[in-house]
Amino acid sequence: MPKKAQIFPSVLRERPFHYCPGCHHGIAHRLLAEVIEELGIRERAYGLASIGCACFLYYYFDVDICEAPHGRSCAAATGAKRARPDLVVFTYQGDGDFAAIGLGESLHAAARGERITAIMINNTVYGMTGGQLSPTTVVGQRTTTTPQGRDPQHYGHPMQIAEILASFPGVAFCARVAVNTPKRVLEAKEALRKAFLAQLEDRGFGYVEFLSACPINWKTDPVEALEKVDELVETFPLKIFKDLS
Amino acid sequence: MKPLLVKGSEAIALGALAAGCRCYFGYPITPQNEIPELMARELPKRGGVFLQAESELAAVNMLLGAASTGVRAMTSSSSPGISLMAETFSYLAALELPAVVVNVSRGGPGLGGIEASQGDYFQATKGAGHGDYHFLVLSPASIQEAYELTARAFDLAEKYRQPVMILTDALLGQMKEPLKARKIKPRTYPKDWALTGARGRPGRILRSLYLGPGELRARNELLQKKYRAMRREVRAEVFGTEGAQLIVCAFGSLTRIVKEAVQKAREEGYPVGYLRPITLFPFPERYFAPLARPETRFLVVELNCGQMVEDVKLAVCGKAEVELLAFPPSDLPTPEEIYQRIKKCLRKPRSSLRS
Repeated sequence: MPKKAQIFPSVLRERPFHYCPGCHHGIAHRLLAEVIEELGIRERAYGLASIGCACFLYYYFDVDICEAPHGRSCAAATGAKRARPDLVVFTYQGDGDFAAIGLGESLHAAARGERITAIMINNTVYGMTGGQLSPTTVVGQRTTTTPQGRDPQHYGHPMQIAEILASFPGVAFCARVAVNTPKRVLEAKEALRKAFLAQLEDRGFGYVEFLSACPINWKTDPVEALEKVDELVETFPLKIFKDLS
Repeated sequence: MKPLLVKGSEAIALGALAAGCRCYFGYPITPQNEIPELMARELPKRGGVFLQAESELAAVNMLLGAASTGVRAMTSSSSPGISLMAETFSYLAALELPAVVVNVSRGGPGLGGIEASQGDYFQATKGAGHGDYHFLVLSPASIQEAYELTARAFDLAEKYRQPVMILTDALLGQMKEPLKARKIKPRTYPKDWALTGARGRPGRILRSLYLGPGELRARNELLQKKYRAMRREVRAEVFGTEGAQLIVCAFGSLTRIVKEAVQKAREEGYPVGYLRPITLFPFPERYFAPLARPETRFLVVELNCGQMVEDVKLAVCGKAEVELLAFPPSDLPTPEEIYQRIKKCLRKPRSSLRS
């Protein structure tokens, strides 16, 4: 029988996730916990729990975690990292937090090349508030505030954050990943590892965007949601946009 | 010690450095730019961090992040910038982070002006953000006091795990006076809450979300208990209150003008006393209560449309009459204007409260 430590990352607290069935936060959490454990940085890790479905980050990760106001995680991460450069600082944000209300803080932290690792869970909707339009909602996508589907005449087109960040000299690693197939899960973990290495090797801002499922708000079942992620890849290509390692 | 000739804003920055401030985050705004500019020169030399943020919103959240690691950190701004920080003020208070915020306030509302104003008294003392919370608020009246109170703010912030605001204005911020920049020995307080990396211990959490039954109430009660405990820090400057028929109250830089008027009246034999709150929150009620008698009248002079007057009324609790002499922000009043009002107050018939 395998030892418990081999199947359950030591960085995760033994507590059931509150996430909905088919949500990808759980997989992203596990990958993040494994990467923290494997890089041996648990005792230096400092996480920012942002506003959204992942605001309870601190219930699941046994590392130091601070709460930031909606959208301000990258600014708070900047403060923590500058105050104590020995910390390994990461943010865990949704698309609303990172790319709507917090876009200014996110872009400026990246532009300054802050030695932080930003994780953005892009599920194209505001999950916690019930599935409203987000900056990454795709054209035609129905949300509770775009009941007829996103009309580009009214709301413009979705923002491709990974593509924007890749153009910043301060960004050392930038990738968009998905976790809807086992192969992609492994690729996502490797991207996360590299985004932390960019910080650990003092190279610059690390960014990983998870193209994630939100079956509840997409009004799909978990299996259909996996297929829908494949459709989203047309708007949000899965790719390592930048790797200065 | 040879005194320095510095502006109030510079005295604040020097006070922060003397208290061991390690991180400064801010966004330029008049009339307080001497603070970030001095910090930009001095902090890196001392191994500290100076970072100009892209907005006040970012600056105050950088402050939140730095403060959460247990490092002495501050920001400064002026009225509109302070408004922009308000949401995070609520978080700083809720997370109980020791952080120092300086408001070199200017005239409002809106873009208002850049002259001296005390229009941010409510914002500072009642909490600019959401929810039941307060900053501890200190109000200097001289360049020396700006230095001393800023240094003290860092100790108080750590002592109570509490954000502290220095509320001053363009008048004090921009005028020069001699400063004795005495050496300050920062106090040390245990920081068993600070996020320094979970070395040999479980991860620590700083959060303000409480969804369980009764949790948020308990949390609020704990904060209120702390705010009551902070009352032991109240300070005020008082003179001439014995036998006074009129007590003139004011705070901050305006008291420089008020004091001159009171002194002139006293030299002429008028029974006038003077009371200057130094801590604006908690409000120094205990200085007011013993003076609140039917035969005494209070005159509150403010460089706004009347804000502190409400706290004075609460402090005297209907036991004495309270009048307001308000100068909405624009030009400064002269001591003569205040002196004339003092004389007028004293000519009035005794309080109807007396029976």
